[in-house]
Amino acid sequence: MGFKRPECLTKESMHYCPGCGHGIIHRLIAEVIDEDYKENKIIGVAPVGCAVFIYDYFNFDFVAAAHGRATAAATGVKRSIPDALVFSYQGDGDIAAIGTSEVIHAATRGENFTAIFVNNGVYAMTGGQMAPTTIPGQVTVSSPYGRDPKVQGYHIKLCEMLVPLDGVAFVARTSIHNLKNIEFTKKAIKRAFELQMNNEGFSIIEVLSNCPTNWGLSPCESMKRIENEVLKYYSLGIFKDKGRGI
Amino acid sequence: MKILMKGNEAIAEAALRAGCECFFGYPITPQTELLQYMAKKLLKSGGVFIQAESEVGAINMAYGASSCGKRVMTSSSGPGISLKQEGISYLAGAELPCVIVNIMRGGPGLGNINAAQSDYLQATKGGGHGDYKVIVFAPSSVQEAVELTMKAFDLADKYRNPVMILGDGMLGQMMEVVEFDDSYQPQKVEKPWAVTGDRKREKRVTNSLYIVPEELEKHNLKLREKYKKIKENEVMVEEYLADDARVIFVSFGMCARIVKSAVNRLRQGGEKVGLVRPITLWPFPENELKSYASKEEVEFFIDIEMNLGQMLEDVKLSVEGKKTVHFYGRTGGMVPTIQEIMDFYYSLKK
Ligand code: SF4
Repeated sequence: MGFKRPECLTKESMHYCPGCGHGIIHRLIAEVIDEDYKENKIIGVAPVGCAVFIYDYFNFDFVAAAHGRATAAATGVKRSIPDALVFSYQGDGDIAAIGTSEVIHAATRGENFTAIFVNNGVYAMTGGQMAPTTIPGQVTVSSPYGRDPKVQGYHIKLCEMLVPLDGVAFVARTSIHNLKNIEFTKKAIKRAFELQMNNEGFSIIEVLSNCPTNWGLSPCESMKRIENEVLKYYSLGIFKDKGRGI
Repeated sequence: MKILMKGNEAIAEAALRAGCECFFGYPITPQTELLQYMAKKLLKSGGVFIQAESEVGAINMAYGASSCGKRVMTSSSGPGISLKQEGISYLAGAELPCVIVNIMRGGPGLGNINAAQSDYLQATKGGGHGDYKVIVFAPSSVQEAVELTMKAFDLADKYRNPVMILGDGMLGQMMEVVEFDDSYQPQKVEKPWAVTGDRKREKRVTNSLYIVPEELEKHNLKLREKYKKIKENEVMVEEYLADDARVIFVSFGMCARIVKSAVNRLRQGGEKVGLVRPITLWPFPENELKSYASKEEVEFFIDIEMNLGQMLEDVKLSVEGKKTVHFYGRTGGMVPTIQEIMDFYYSLKK
């Protein structure tokens, strides 16, 4: 079997910077849809941020939401078309800062869609400012002396916050810094979609990703940084799986 | 059949009869009964009702559901509408239909919960970011609120644009006799743009992003054409005893009802006065006011509002400097009395 472009990806070439993790994550979503949901209705909810043009890369319907509001828009979408597979795709500034309220409440209500939360620790599109997920010590253009928890507070661990909520069916944190973890990310997306289609409730996958551009690193170095630095602050794993009693 | 209903509930009932399938709201005085009515009725009938975590959440849920082609409503009052403005701008930008109810209270800031007309400018001038317009209805009775709510859904679909029902706390809270037209059937509108997830056709995207300046300009010019069409076709205005009037009162919503009583009393005293009541605040009845301003026998205009003169500029622009426009208003949730309005009139006639 040859290595092919997934059918649900368009021919459009992606605008992401070379080596950016978004392309990998898009591909994983596409593979899961091709494998398991060929016949299904699919609706994606696009964010504001680097992935703002995500709707150009998939050949199914999309709703483009305002910054932070993708989980609210996805709520309206999924409630309107309950038999569709619905996912929001959001960066860390989007879902963990301006959209914190929307995600917590969508999760609490047990909204039956999947949030794919790409955590690269910065506001990438606006030029690399500190995000809620920026780890202690990390230098960004708006934390030029490194994030000091005494001054700027700590990084947010959204997954850990969502686990105790009753409406939540699935929570995983994965990464794309090597092949093994890319495979793990795909498995997590697969499982989240499966639980969604079984009407189990809200599902979220936080994917640790890279931003070579704003981190000022080469693509390879940026993958190493995830392994050597980011993972110290964000542990990987499946934190909750309602169907399997986790 | 005639029934006695509270304004907020009558608007909710009208929305349901107009085929409203989804309601997203957040409690705020003085509109909360609308949300409660929807909670009671919509869940039972298989519709979607969500009491959102905030007004921001509510309007963005409405955005999502409207994207899917549903008939959608959200409601709030002043401070909540301010929070919804971001979403209203996105709805307008993405050309999505939505009915938004604003049962106004006194402002600015937290203000108070009394009847006021403090959101005229916010409602009619865009309110949110960007070049856009929202159709704004200003009913002056519960019966009219019912009729305009039904019409709002049809116009929202027809023009793919948000429509706002702008009433004040009094309209929401008072009880009046209303009659529903049982023969009314909501218009069925094809929505070939609606996002449904169907994969057997070309994909659909609802979006308001046009990153290329030429494309955004093209989009904004297209919107302008739509707004022009709305202006040409949808202006609604009530003209009361204005034909032979020498002085024209201009007032909207519940306030106009008080002015109407003042006009009647002044007429009894032999004064030739009339009232022009814009029913659509946007599009504003410019031409109607302009034609009165051109009449020789018309001496001046008096604009009466429950604010500090938010509609005044629109009245003046319409009158085009041909006649003087005086203003009398009460603010803070104070309602002008018939006597106050008459006294103001006589003070000008002196
Ligand atoms: S700025 Fe960073 S996150 Fe955005 S596309 Fe470039 S590498 Fe990817």
